[in-house]
Amino acid sequence: MKPFTDIIDLPVLDEIDHALIRATQTGLPLSSTPYGDIALGMGLGGPDAVKQRLQRLLDIGVIRRIGIIPNHYRLGYHANGMSVWDIPDDVVDTMGEMIGALDFVSHCYRRPRHLPEWPFNLFAMVHGTSRETVETHVKDIHALLGQNVRNHRILYSSRILKKTGLRWRKSGDKKCCD
Amino acid sequence: MKPLQRDLINNLQGGFPICDRPFQELATRLGYDEETVIKGVKDLITDGYVSRFGPLYNTEKLGGAVTLAAMKVPAERFDQVAEQVNAFEEVAHNYEREDTLNMWFVILAENENALLKVIDQIEATTGITVLNFPKEKEFFLELRLEVPEE
Repeated sequence: MKPFTDIIDLPVLDEIDHALIRATQTGLPLSSTPYGDIALGMGLGGPDAVKQRLQRLLDIGVIRRIGIIPNHYRLGYHANGMSVWDIPDDVVDTMGEMIGALDFVSHCYRRPRHLPEWPFNLFAMVHGTSRETVETHVKDIHALLGQNVRNHRILYSSRILKKTGLRWRKSGDKKCCD
Repeated sequence: MKPLQRDLINNLQGGFPICDRPFQELATRLGYDEETVIKGVKDLITDGYVSRFGPLYNTEKLGGAVTLAAMKVPAERFDQVAEQVNAFEEVAHNYEREDTLNMWFVILAENENALLKVIDQIEATTGITVLNFPKEKEFFLELRLEVPEE
């Protein structure tokens, strides 16, 4: 097990890709020709180079998706519960795939235990309009996991202490986004 | 919320077209005109329903190292420790959660060594052990938040 994220082969990105990432990380222009506008700003001429590069970044997973990033809280999703589960190692990945596919689970990860105080190895983030909704969803998760659950808990967030989207600051800086 | 805003939120959490007139294409798909859709997205941002419109980048694919970390902070020191932790620019998000492990934060650094160093520094500054929960596997899906009709 590697100590951190399983970084595999990093995609090859050239300087124009990096410039494009910097130009679009805070958002696309809200005009009828957003890609053309970016091209103009970067001195790339027409929109084709921008379109092709963004499509490639999307295809190789550097871009997860292009669209709106909703503000959960403002949309009425006031409860945010991190549900954590102690699942036997031999089935945790199968269970994770199943839970990750649920509509109300926004993120689902396998993470290391810290025994004895922290036996949980599967984390599923559940958003809901209220704690009651979150609890209903967590019951659904429990039902799916069945007797594989040895122990579980919900950790509600009571306060956001910091929230920043990290940015690429200069060329070659390996930092970004949220 | 107006029907237009709801349509945009429910249909635009991904899949924004890559073509010369993407808003035009989207408008045709949703049954609006281009100008209405552009204005609609602007309003969603102005009203705070949407925090951003554009590509969502995958940090790890860009070469960074990310982890989730947690600490057990004594109640009487909580605000002071929050300030100390937040002062690290590598700390991206920090949440208070209702648990004995009551502070949970995401650290993003240039590489794994830099990340380990930040954890050491946080422990040295606060005198509190940092539990590291690096992601071992991601069960990823698109976020599909739905806004129901009123």
